[in-house]
This record gives sequence, structure tokens and C-alpha cells, in this order.
Amino acid sequence: MDEEMESGVVKKFMFVNRKAPYGTIYALEVLEMVLISAAFDQDVHLAFVDDGVYELKKGQDTAGIGMKNFSNTYRALEGYDIEKLYVEKESLEERGLTEADLVVPVEVVSRAGMAELMDGMDVVLSA
Amino acid sequence: MIHTVNKSPYERNAFDSCLKHAVKGSAILLYEDGVYAAVKGCTAAARLADAVADHPVFVLGPDLKARGMDPANVVDGVRVVDYGDFVDLVVEHGTVQAWL
Repeated sequence: MDEEMESGVVKKFMFVNRKAPYGTIYALEVLEMVLISAAFDQDVHLAFVDDGVYELKKGQDTAGIGMKNFSNTYRALEGYDIEKLYVEKESLEERGLTEADLVVPVEVVSRAGMAELMDGMDVVLSA
Repeated sequence: MIHTVNKSPYERNAFDSCLKHAVKGSAILLYEDGVYAAVKGCTAAARLADAVADHPVFVLGPDLKARGMDPANVVDGVRVVDYGDFVDLVVEHGTVQAWL
């Protein structure tokens, strides 16, 4: 373990989700990373931009495609004290979605607002 | 000829390239992340609505449901199909052009 971890330095982490949920493995893998990060008591932020907003769409039913539906896991993040979820307004609008279509409470931010958030992070992990 | 698209219209240009290259009368089937283009209200759906006039257009129902999209809320004229229909369409149209 490095010195920063031992001294209890808390960094601002952001996980940037830009992929739709089932066409590739990226969305699920980022979610796994987020859950692992919860063990390290860092200041975790999740951003959903571009196709990443599709990860949070309500009503996912994967029975017909034989894959695991992991959308409910986003609702469990609160239990790990991960509550800073940001969704880009423009990405929602382009896809005909609104905040009411999402499985979890989020903060909807403008593209400019998202850019500012990203710029303020210490560590950004993106997929 | 049947054209298949399995990529999101927002992440790749497969959908738009397909629309530009599919000759009138050829069929188009959207599946996997390609199904997002068929959902009413998104910006890509407007382009698909134009294509419906010139092509039989199909979308795979199980992929819509997996993504939380209502099969009843697809672009007018687009037909929702299942895996069995997918096979029948391929047999019926002979040549498949897959826009990956």
C-alpha cells in the first residue's frame, strides 16, 4: 500500500460511463470498478454521458437475450455511500430521455457543468 | 438483400452508412445496440422514419426489452420481430450485409 493510502488521503475519483449496457462489456466492468472503489473510502463520482445514459434506463428486462440485468445494481450504490451520480442533460435529450426514465435519483447537469466537474477531479477513469 | 445494424447510432456511423448504401426495397434489421435508433423521440429515429418509406424495417424485440425500451414505442412502420423471425428474414432475403 502506498503512503497516500496509509495516510488516509482522500482523492476525488470520477468514473465516466459512455457506453450502452449490453452491446459491450464496458458498462458492467466500470460498475465492478465502482463497487471495488467503495472499499477504499475515496470521494467517488459517477458521470453518465453519451450512450452511458442508457445504462440507467428504467424497465430493463434481459430475459430474452440471456444476459445478466445489472441495472438494479445502480440502485444499490447508495448502500456503499456512492451517491454522487451526474447525468448530462444534452445526452438525455438527444436520446429522447428524461430524468423520469432513470432507475436512480441523479443530478442532471449541463454539458458545460459536466466539463467543470471533470476538470475538478484528481483521478478520472473512463470507458 | 437484408442489411443488419448492431451498433448504437450515437457511437458509430454504421446506422447512417447503412441508410446511405441500402438501395430502395432492401430490408433493414436493427439488433443489439442498433435498436436504439428505432425508439421514438431520439434524434436518430427521425432518420429511420425517412427510411421506412423506402425499406421494410425490422427491430429485434428481445434487444429492445433488454435495454428498457418499449416495443410499442418504436418508429411508425417499423416491425418488431423475435429471433425466429430474424432467421426467417435472412432465409427470405438471401444475402446479408452486416454493418458492424
